Amino acid sequence: MTDATRPRTPGEPPLLELLRVSKQYPGVLALDGMNFNLRPGEVHVLFGENGAGKSTMISIISGAVQPTSGDLLMRGEPMRFASVHEARSRGVTTVFQEFSVVPSMTVEENLFLGSETRRGGFLAKRKMREEAHAILARLGFDLNPKAIVARLTRAEQQMVEIARAFRSELSVLILDEPTASLTDREADRLFALVDQVKAQGVGVIYITHRMREIERLADRITVLRDGKFITTVDASDVTQDELVRLMTGRVVGGIFPDIKANPGRTVLSIRGLTTASGSVKGADIDIRAGELVGLAGLVGSGKSEIMRAAFGLERAISGTVTLEGKDVTNQSPRRLLRAGFSYMPPDRRVEGLAMMRSCTENMTFASLDIKPIARGIFINRVKEDAEARRLADKLELHPRRPDRAVQAFSGGNQQKVLLARSLTRPISLYVFDEPTVGVDVGTRAAIYRFIGGLCEAGAAVVVISSDLPEILNLAHRAYVFYDGRVQDELPKARISEASILPLFFGKHAA
Amino acid sequence: MSITVAASTPKPSGQSLKRLFVQVGVLPILLLLALIIFSLMSDNFLTVRNLTNVVRQSVFLAIVSLGQMMVLLTGGFDLSVGTILALTSVTTALSMSAFAVAMPDMLPLAILLGCCVGVACGSAVGLLNGIGVALFGVSPFIMTLGMSSIGFGAALYLTGGTPVYGMPADFGEFIGFGSFLQIPFPIWVAVALVCAAYVLVNWTRTGRSLYAVGGNIRAALLSGINTRATLLTVYVISAFLTGVAGVLMTARLDSGEANVGSSMPLESIAACVIAGVSLRGGIGRVENVVLGALFINLVQNGMNLARIDSYLQTVVIGMILIAAVISDQIRLRYVADLRD
Repeated sequence: MTDATRPRTPGEPPLLELLRVSKQYPGVLALDGMNFNLRPGEVHVLFGENGAGKSTMISIISGAVQPTSGDLLMRGEPMRFASVHEARSRGVTTVFQEFSVVPSMTVEENLFLGSETRRGGFLAKRKMREEAHAILARLGFDLNPKAIVARLTRAEQQMVEIARAFRSELSVLILDEPTASLTDREADRLFALVDQVKAQGVGVIYITHRMREIERLADRITVLRDGKFITTVDASDVTQDELVRLMTGRVVGGIFPDIKANPGRTVLSIRGLTTASGSVKGADIDIRAGELVGLAGLVGSGKSEIMRAAFGLERAISGTVTLEGKDVTNQSPRRLLRAGFSYMPPDRRVEGLAMMRSCTENMTFASLDIKPIARGIFINRVKEDAEARRLADKLELHPRRPDRAVQAFSGGNQQKVLLARSLTRPISLYVFDEPTVGVDVGTRAAIYRFIGGLCEAGAAVVVISSDLPEILNLAHRAYVFYDGRVQDELPKARISEASILPLFFGKHAA
Repeated sequence: MSITVAASTPKPSGQSLKRLFVQVGVLPILLLLALIIFSLMSDNFLTVRNLTNVVRQSVFLAIVSLGQMMVLLTGGFDLSVGTILALTSVTTALSMSAFAVAMPDMLPLAILLGCCVGVACGSAVGLLNGIGVALFGVSPFIMTLGMSSIGFGAALYLTGGTPVYGMPADFGEFIGFGSFLQIPFPIWVAVALVCAAYVLVNWTRTGRSLYAVGGNIRAALLSGINTRATLLTVYVISAFLTGVAGVLMTARLDSGEANVGSSMPLESIAACVIAGVSLRGGIGRVENVVLGALFINLVQNGMNLARIDSYLQTVVIGMILIAAVISDQIRLRYVADLRD
């Protein structure tokens, strides 16, 4: 074991310690004799593939689930949190990946939820408003305390979630991929906050797949694999390649594949498209077969909305969408799908998957009307099962049990189920909207290979992404969106961070 | 390390009990309890004759619950099943007696036409439910609650509140009390409908769409499933099935009654929930729902034999429903627990 596993000063117990903690689910040992310690005033990154046990581990620390065996110590004292509430009252606060905000309430109501300031039994509304203003100002979040959370973007909802964690008395702060839907600027604010609480002696447990954040924040890194503790290292002692090797247990090559471009006929052509909501204003784009086109831009720039409108999810009030030479403006997703247009939504929980149904069913939802699954009005369940097994093998679903409910799988594997769905019928245009949100490096590489394979097989492929490296490394051509318009179109040769970033903020390329 | 650690082996017995509960739900436990309790309370309970009787009485609720289940699968519910039953009963009786007067030589045809009119009227209520929910986005609760008031009023208005007689005697004799191979006719109908529902739900595209819409309606839409058509269809199917139950009940009563079926919404939802159908949609199995309907009738029959006051019986049914929902919640918690 390295020196990093021991507390810095031998006499003082760590802030939080896990000793041989295991969690057994039926058929799965999700966490297997985990050891972990957290010092006051450090950022401790948990690093591992999806399904490695990170989520289970923080669920145990935050009181959401109970360990099957092992001990949890806080400042040397044995501790058992029966609920998230109890953990929170001890200063252990978690910002979960899944939001715990109430959509129908305002930002300030959410901030004070469960611990409202009162005066004589009544809500001290003015005081809470002042406090809400103060918290948001301190965090540098540009949010209106009176705004209804449901109307906020995903990134803004995340900010509410984070602001709430910073409200309460903290000793341990757990952040589970907090930047997944934040812009770089918002993420920088968050990093500054993490520094701030760190200086106050708070221990921060931080889960991320992004190397940039590990470099920026981490003091120590604990690597998990298959539910087991692999090692704890000082961040300064380890390189990125070593981390990936520790995480996957093997040497991983470059995660971005080299995708050959072979542009052919124009598959999708959008002219002067304007949506009823005003999210897209007179945009033109063309997508050709055998080519991977990246759509880049900030959240709300129209990069996602234009393809959603083309797929019939937003109403267009002017302009045309032409698919394979036919006008398909404002047609239903159902007809577009049958015409060979596949759109993969960014949020698999909200728009992608029926979580309580099996992987098999989720894979075949889009192809119940065609062979081999359809047999007249009936479903050929034998062929359906065979198809699901074939796709599970192809995408390396883990565990290889397509008959189990989607909710029993880790995030990366859920994403694979969603990808599999687009393989169940003939498709000539694939649109992937944020295909790798909350997905580990290993699965991410698999997804890129998958997307590249489709493109090289002659399909037209669009990748919509807020993750700039994805656009830089995958796209043969890129459109950058700003304020509902196409700010610029860049050929492969001109795609670089320096040329794209200014366009994000409405500037023109030099 | 020198620290002693708690036994690292998991508790398999507790886990597998939990898993069993998650898989089969609360119904087998309840059925077993009911059988034990009522056989202790009454000697006549556990006899072939009595149990056959229970099955015969369960027919109406079982058929209605099939439709209710499909609506629940899509994440909605149908509160108008009681009204549909009453409206079908009244319109069947009225039209059949009118046809019988108009064509006294062709009574079988009059019976058939009367049944068709009744089922059609019931299905029409379902069509309106479907239009409201699927096309106008009215919440299923309000839509079916509103329709149940409209239908009930219409049924009372048509009959003036009194039972409708004058149907051909053959109707009650064959459809209500007849039997084939010593099994009562209504049971044959119920068996056929249960089989049809099983095939529909498990082996057809429509059935799969029900699960998809209830599981995640946005995902269903993006997967090219016609969510509106699915919602519209499911309310019509529910009403059609309830209509058939209404005709069978009319035959059994030998009269058209506007005040039958008032307990149907509660009992059919109870039958489904006890059978593990999720009120959030997306989860439920036909075979369990049939057992659920049998269970409710078993309890009512047992309470009758044990001479429990009929008012108190209503109390018991309500308590069972709530207990079932509570166990559904606990089960959901376990599902979350068991999840990786």
